[in-house]
Amino acid sequence: MFDIRDGLTYDFKKRLNFIFTEAAMAPIKPKVSVEYTDNATIVTFTTEKILEEKDIQVLQETIVSIVEQTERISLILDFVNVKFLSSSVLGLLIRVSKKVYENDGQLKLCNINPKIYEIFKITRLTKIFDIYPDVEGAVRGLSDVS
Amino acid sequence: MVSKSPMSRSLKVASTPSAIVRVCKQILAKLKAHSFPNEDIFSVHLAMEEAFINAVEHGNKMDANKEVRIDYSIDGDKVEIAMTDEGEGFKPNNVPDPRYGENLYKTDGRGLFLIKAYMNEVEFNERGNCVRMVKYKGKPSTSESELQSQTGV
Repeated sequence: MFDIRDGLTYDFKKRLNFIFTEAAMAPIKPKVSVEYTDNATIVTFTTEKILEEKDIQVLQETIVSIVEQTERISLILDFVNVKFLSSSVLGLLIRVSKKVYENDGQLKLCNINPKIYEIFKITRLTKIFDIYPDVEGAVRGLSDVS
Repeated sequence: MVSKSPMSRSLKVASTPSAIVRVCKQILAKLKAHSFPNEDIFSVHLAMEEAFINAVEHGNKMDANKEVRIDYSIDGDKVEIAMTDEGEGFKPNNVPDPRYGENLYKTDGRGLFLIKAYMNEVEFNERGNCVRMVKYKGKPSTSESELQSQTGV
């Protein structure tokens, strides 16, 4: 007998697969992990190298989807696993920041290793992104919007 | 084991973003074998990726029928890499500085700047479809020396 819970479960799984994978039928290769806390939504990049346009496109779709689902999101992007990235990722971050601010949200970056931080610094993107050494620091940096 | 002897090589790769991966690995392994410091390896890796993306996207317009020629030579003192696309070329001096004004908020336009910041020498041919980049072992890139002399940044 059909149970609506079964239907919802299937849809929920399919939605997760769509969000986290390049194609719904492909093996799951999450490119981000998402943690929802009382204070913030923490998105952690799970790949060491973020280089290819197709991967960046998937990341953008994923993160924008998360931003659009949460009113006035307090978004923290955690780079703890990232060892290398191209300038296309900087463009991704700018697009994400515009989306966050359009929705009256906040955006913080954290756990950026020194070599990658240098890229932010040399391109002066440290002027437009709030960057913290760790997640806890990023959470403390969030403005109280309650 | 990767040889430490000097080498030069020329090859052509397809105009797909992932086509640089294998070449990159070869070059970076060679740099490691020649005891280039990690900072140099990171710099060369970044410059190569940016130069290749530019060649594929701007030079060859993502045309899979076009190729990028990569010429490189490595010895104990330096690595030299040239990338040539099949495009019409461009004028590097016309590329705006991405660090100031409204350019800072643009989503693209940083690739060439990063190449110049991380390599010791960067030059283009007259047509503008070939970039030659040189990294000297242990010599700080513009990014490092610029950061050392900057204040309040």
